[in-house]
Amino acid sequence: MQNTPINYFELFAIAEQFDLDETTLESNFRKTQSANHPDRFISAPASEKLVAMQLATLANEAYSVLKSPAKRAKYMLEQHSIDAIADTNTAMPAEFLMQQMEWRERIEDAKMARNIAELDEIAGELKLETNSLINELHELLDIKKDLTSATAVTRKLIFIDKVCADIDQVIEQLDD
Amino acid sequence: MALLQISEPGMSAAPHQHRLAVGIDLGTTNSLIATVRSSMSTILQDDFGHALLPSVVRYMPNGDIVVGHEAQAHQSEDPINTITSVKRFMGRSLNDIANKAHIPYRFVEGTDSTTTRSLQLQTRAGLKTPIEISAEILKALKARAEKSLGGELVGAVITVPAYFDDAQRQATKDAARLAGLNVLRLLNEPTAAAVAYGLDNAAEGTFVIYDLGGGTFDVSILRLSKGVFEVLATNGDAALGGDDFDQRIYCWVLDKVRETNANFSPLNEEDTRLLLTKARQAKEWLTDNFEAQIVCKLNNGTLVDVTLTAPQLVEVTEHLVSKTLSPTRKAMRDAKLNLEDINGVVMVGGATRMPHIRHAVQEYFKQEPLTNLDPDKVVALGAAIQANILAGNKSDDDLLLLDVTPLSLGLETMGGLVEKVIHRNSTLPIARAQEFTTYKDGQTAMSVHVVQGERELVSDCRSLARFELRSIPPMAAGAARIRVTFTVDADGLLSVSAREQSTGIEAHIEVKPSYGLTEDEITSMLKASFNSAEDDKKARMLAEARVNAGAIISSVSAALAVDSNLISATEIEAIEAEIKKLQALTTAEDATAINQAVDTLNHATETFAAARMNASVSRALAGKNLDSINL
Repeated sequence: MQNTPINYFELFAIAEQFDLDETTLESNFRKTQSANHPDRFISAPASEKLVAMQLATLANEAYSVLKSPAKRAKYMLEQHSIDAIADTNTAMPAEFLMQQMEWRERIEDAKMARNIAELDEIAGELKLETNSLINELHELLDIKKDLTSATAVTRKLIFIDKVCADIDQVIEQLDD
Repeated sequence: MALLQISEPGMSAAPHQHRLAVGIDLGTTNSLIATVRSSMSTILQDDFGHALLPSVVRYMPNGDIVVGHEAQAHQSEDPINTITSVKRFMGRSLNDIANKAHIPYRFVEGTDSTTTRSLQLQTRAGLKTPIEISAEILKALKARAEKSLGGELVGAVITVPAYFDDAQRQATKDAARLAGLNVLRLLNEPTAAAVAYGLDNAAEGTFVIYDLGGGTFDVSILRLSKGVFEVLATNGDAALGGDDFDQRIYCWVLDKVRETNANFSPLNEEDTRLLLTKARQAKEWLTDNFEAQIVCKLNNGTLVDVTLTAPQLVEVTEHLVSKTLSPTRKAMRDAKLNLEDINGVVMVGGATRMPHIRHAVQEYFKQEPLTNLDPDKVVALGAAIQANILAGNKSDDDLLLLDVTPLSLGLETMGGLVEKVIHRNSTLPIARAQEFTTYKDGQTAMSVHVVQGERELVSDCRSLARFELRSIPPMAAGAARIRVTFTVDADGLLSVSAREQSTGIEAHIEVKPSYGLTEDEITSMLKASFNSAEDDKKARMLAEARVNAGAIISSVSAALAVDSNLISATEIEAIEAEIKKLQALTTAEDATAINQAVDTLNHATETFAAARMNASVSRALAGKNLDSINL
């Protein structure tokens, strides 16, 4: 018995590349769940139910990874045995770190001022930054196959994802 | 497209008989039961033609227990022994209950001193947990269904508020077990409503379900596409509902009375219940009228006579309406959607009849909410459809529900902080693992504290369970690798296991929150209720065992007919021998023997099942082996 984990892209029968068609991913995820969900195996033997449950769990996990650009890029690098967030991969361009600090300060100020509009504004800027990083990753992963540069960009994307999550949390706190 | 295609087991088998299954909406104010009959989901009525069963339980002086309209009629004269809105106390300790002074019950703290336990209510029938009281409502509904359908129920889908936490879900499941119901699934109320609405209207697209019930508020956003109902995000408030509007009106009336009567004394329990009932009636009246008169004579002789106008109602309950919009905004953010992405907003729950609620929802979503289904019935109707499918009945509605976890699940780490392992709005079923390490040199045990909630501090989240992983080999701090795995099943219930990676030492726990009943408590309560009906229970167990045996025999036979080429002749012989043994047993009277033979047959088919799944998967996955699924 081999022990290679099932490839997420293969699971949904889509090409293994960073630039994926979200509509196809979504509809194939639904088709996979539709065919294999444990609720489809109600009167089946327990052994088949168990496999169905594992497959449904795997499909949920795979879908959550592939639909997020940051997680997708990290996953693709893992397929090449690169851990984008490993402690050894800490180098970040100073310019990006400055930018980060600037965003975090602005978020902190907006939080103090209870300024949700400003937070939305920052979220909008981050969205633009995200889009440009996504374009870079498409170039690096799908065309140039430059994994070293792709790792650096993936790290940036993961950082920005965290900042976005923080903004959401602050907005939520202010909203309550 | 080469996607996984696996024929449904049992598809080629002989059509089996219709199995009786029901959907139950166990509501704060009213409960309903529905079933699918001749492909139509239908509410089952009582002998008097009532669809709604008031969720009111009265413990009578002669020891009888009365549920529903009859109990409701006496709530003002016997408030302490007549329990309404018990759902608000499910999975809750005394500390969780706000407004205790205005609720006419005798609360008692749970008895176990070591952990926080469920609150109890002192009645003339003794101390009662909310689980036992809810079980009485479920028993009444079960009796109604069995009478109406003329047979034993195979199982039930019971709905719960989407925003119920693990403790509240467990409590609901315990109540069902006490009532002798086989729970096919706990289904989130807004999801059930979406099923009924979606099928009825052949809806496709993104829909919001705004569900304001008697005691709980949920908002869920779903994508409906080709029979798949995918919940994108859910949010809510498990302690906000129509009852709170009654409470506000009640306080407003008391203030009015005090204005003219400075010496007004505190109300006793009868008067509190009477005024709350009057408040509810006024609220309902104002749905179609401009003003409501609240007139009643209290026990202390005070005559209450005040008039509440619709604008006054809006004013005193405005903050409650805006309290529903904050979860709504959160759900929209989590789903990453804009207002223009929403194809429709479906109103569910009796409280959404209030015009100012509809206005607020319309204003936020910038579209008129959909109110074409009865907001009281839609949840039960949807639950019945899912019950029909989960009972194994063939259905024309080839639908699949993909629901999510409403609240994040995590662990306590150093300093009382929460490390989230599963984030809210993750699609079920889900398994996630995270590695933790030791804090001190030579540490040999680790305490795993499982919590639920969104806040950063453990003290702000709900504690679900604690367990210990012992016998960790002594190592330097930070050297041990402890992998903690969280698994949430399709009911939204959690189990957690921990494993030290170098030694393989494991600890596992089905999260059984301290707010639920212990296994012993359930057993003794079940024994008490079944003592008189021990024979019925045996007969039912035998019938269930036979039905199960029949189902597995037909599904394995069907599988052998199609895929016997996947396994060796010896293996086929072994499986066929087990089928023969089981067949022989089904005519005997021994449920335990049948169940054992079912297990044996299940076991005998494991290789075959894996081979079948592999065969189907490999069509799409080019030779990858299913054993290799790494969760």
